[in-house]
Amino acid sequence: MAKRCVDALNEALHELLASRDDVYVLGEDVLDPYGGAFKVTAGLSDRFGGRVLATPISEASLVGVAAGLAIRGYRPILEIMFGDFVTLAFDQIVNGISKFREMYDGQVTVPLVVRMPMGGGRGYGPTHSQSLEKLLLGVPNLRVVAPSECHDLGELLGAAVADDDPVFFIENKLMYGRPNRRPEDGHVGELACRETAGPYPALLFSGSDFVGGSATIATYGGMLPAALEAATELILEEELFCEVVALSSLLPLDLDPVLESVARTGALVTVEEGTLTGGIGAELAARVQEAAFGELRAPVRRVAARDGVIPSAHGLERAVLPGPADVARAVLELAGTRAGER
Amino acid sequence: MELARLYGQMYRIRRFEETLLELFSAGKLVGTTHTCIGQEADAAGVIACLDPERDIVFSNHRCHGHYLAFTGDLEGLLAEVMGKATGTCGGKGGSQHLCRGSFYSNGVLGSIAPVATGMALAERERGSGAVTTVFLGDGALGQGVVYESLNLAALWRLPLLAVVENNFYAQSTPSRLQLAGGIPDRARAFGIETEQLDSTDVLEIREAAARAVARVRGSGEPFFLVIDTYRFSPHSKGDDHRDPAEIEARRLRDPLTVAAVGLGGEQRAAIERACEEELAAALAAARAAPDAG
Repeated sequence: MAKRCVDALNEALHELLASRDDVYVLGEDVLDPYGGAFKVTAGLSDRFGGRVLATPISEASLVGVAAGLAIRGYRPILEIMFGDFVTLAFDQIVNGISKFREMYDGQVTVPLVVRMPMGGGRGYGPTHSQSLEKLLLGVPNLRVVAPSECHDLGELLGAAVADDDPVFFIENKLMYGRPNRRPEDGHVGELACRETAGPYPALLFSGSDFVGGSATIATYGGMLPAALEAATELILEEELFCEVVALSSLLPLDLDPVLESVARTGALVTVEEGTLTGGIGAELAARVQEAAFGELRAPVRRVAARDGVIPSAHGLERAVLPGPADVARAVLELAGTRAGER
Repeated sequence: MELARLYGQMYRIRRFEETLLELFSAGKLVGTTHTCIGQEADAAGVIACLDPERDIVFSNHRCHGHYLAFTGDLEGLLAEVMGKATGTCGGKGGSQHLCRGSFYSNGVLGSIAPVATGMALAERERGSGAVTTVFLGDGALGQGVVYESLNLAALWRLPLLAVVENNFYAQSTPSRLQLAGGIPDRARAFGIETEQLDSTDVLEIREAAARAVARVRGSGEPFFLVIDTYRFSPHSKGDDHRDPAEIEARRLRDPLTVAAVGLGGEQRAAIERACEEELAAALAAARAAPDAG
């Protein structure tokens, strides 16, 4: 049985603190016995004491504090308890950490990691359920990394800590409790799975061994299970084979795996949990049509949350957030996808 | 002697800032600048108590005086403001985004306080004995992150010296329209030791700063030093609507005039002559340097 994602992340933090003296963990309520709101930091303060700092509820400052540590030679990992609260830190993000290295002409680096639990599905309501990572995409010089439950979470977190630029590490809240399903013998379940190279790899999934395929479903993070479920449904119900691409590097946007897949399938559906407008799907659509217009047989379709609040009530929340049925429908609505239409 | 050295520092800052304003007026500089004419004693007096090899200074948009006093690098700053490749940050930062050694500045007032706080934490953890000095103004006290930072510095017992240069104006807005309560009271609320002085006497400021720096270095805890001062120059270039009579009255306490009392005429003339020569040479070098980009 694969370990849960929250445990994989927790183990990774233990290993990072054990192996590097320059790593510090900061955040609200991260100390034992509480161990963080989602328990990702459990056991760290008991074991590493002074390198794990509980902070006041001061998000507007803490990203700056981490920047000060980073510029002066440390590698802080800051937890923002709910990613929704990153809005408080935007001055430090836009006018500070993203600029120091370039505006100081390379005289400093800012190797800090901000971990942010994002996403809904738990009934936390409008201000504790959002997926706000798209707000960071317009900030040059940041890196935004969003692992899925099939990624090597420890490797990704290690790469983020080793990175000399600021990394925002997006952790989906529902992912925490799910098994970390790493590919075995090139497969995750019945689907073939390939992993690209580099510190922030993408995962490509196919039900037809990467031959042919009706569409590419590009997604990341907590939406991977919905994309995989839709792809499996489409095989069983419609005999349509899709590829699924799970990116881990959203900024810079890792376009190559998407282009490689689209070259085989000729169509693209993007899937994200955040709201539709100005989202990651919009950026992917723009870039794929720029680079591979001739390969597309249909306009790119985007699946995302409705542009509005995420309600607390379960039924209302489910209606707003995208799910497998929305993904499958988007694939079926692509021109030339159904048998006989091609 | 110390006063001569501090007078030289202040005169150098004054003439640097005046030169920038002249270059702007002549259309030879673009962009913006925020000069500290009238406040030079703060930079000279406080930074005289710091060790540039060990300590850290984080400054704000009005940073030229602090930069010159801490790094001495007049030519690099001039070239930076002039957009030259030889500038401190290769022309990328300009007037208010500087970095050299352990000197940093950034252009969003209170935003620098959290970063300086993090630097103080880094130095405490390293055990370097460094004092991190952050220069704020009364205007920056309108921003909430300053108070988050003071809370953290007190809570975590960080070797942070916060210097508030209170010039009674937030850009064009006088204190009575933007500042409630007392300035030292703000830091006292966090249990931080404070001192306030109303002075443009560089020796007096240096003495107060020496006490503050010794306190931070000795205790490892933060200190909040408030210096009441006045800016003769506009906020940036030509945007001044203050009563000219108010400015003239303040000129009686010009820090250069106050310091000059303790110096001989010839001694002063020699200091000023050396400074003018340095400035002329820096200007020539910056003019000859290639444009950035």
